[in-house]
Amino acid sequence: MSVADFAFYAFAVVAVIAGLLVVTAKNPVHSVLWLILTFLSSAGLFVLLGAEFLAMLLMIVYVGAVAVLFLFVVMMLDIDFAALKAEMVRYFPLAALVGLVILMQLTLLYGAWTSAEGSAALHMAPAPDAAQVDNARALGMILFDQYFILFQVAGLILLVAMIGAIVLTLRHRTDVKRQNVLHQMWRDPAKAMELKDVKPGQGL
Amino acid sequence: MVGLEHYLTVAAALFVIGIFGIFLNRKNVIVILMSIELILLSVNINLVAFSSFSGDLVGQVFTMFVLTVAAAEAAIGLAILVTFFRNRGTIDVEDVNVMKG
Repeated sequence: MSVADFAFYAFAVVAVIAGLLVVTAKNPVHSVLWLILTFLSSAGLFVLLGAEFLAMLLMIVYVGAVAVLFLFVVMMLDIDFAALKAEMVRYFPLAALVGLVILMQLTLLYGAWTSAEGSAALHMAPAPDAAQVDNARALGMILFDQYFILFQVAGLILLVAMIGAIVLTLRHRTDVKRQNVLHQMWRDPAKAMELKDVKPGQGL
Repeated sequence: MVGLEHYLTVAAALFVIGIFGIFLNRKNVIVILMSIELILLSVNINLVAFSSFSGDLVGQVFTMFVLTVAAAEAAIGLAILVTFFRNRGTIDVEDVNVMKG
């Protein structure tokens, strides 16, 4: 068994076990941490497959952004997770059944598929020799050339998601006092204050 | 020697774990969202494995787009979750019945 094979088995076993712990962990904070471990081991698998750029992207996007976002939300919301977890035993038989059925279907597919004849000729973008062109450069060459429109649409999706998330979570509370800057700037001392000469014993 | 089938097995295992997690945590939307991330990750592993073993880079380009959509989906999903929690004080999926759907 070569070093690469050993690394594959290590990353694969860690990814699957951490994935299982994501869905069964008692505390959602632990779930997020196991999710991070799953993503890290998957990034290792991507490196073994020769997709270094995607491995780094997985680290930055998932571990750096998505997992931290999950962590923020878990910490921010004051939820009684023990009550939610108490129901887990009830759903276990159904979950196990569905999981088993899908596993069997995937196993049936597993031994049955073959590549079509001449499928190699249908390759859209044959990967260049890794010794000459590195993965990030090769990806960039076709991403900014053949898939430019899709790339722009992906950017648009992210923009819409960003605006959508802000619009959804922004709220303007009316029950708190706020500083009105314009109101303060237009304040006229002559109108704001009036001097009265109060006569002794009479009042106003 | 590690072949394509090995990577497909890992992806299949992660996919099944994701489905299992959705059914197991019926009440907890946060863990359901994490299960969806696991499912999308397994799809990504499949795409990259096929891309690598058949020598076609398009699989990796599509993995990038799946990654983009997954990030957008997580952001929107968590925003909806925060808004829902603010209005109802719970994240139980079974309480999502305002529209009587």
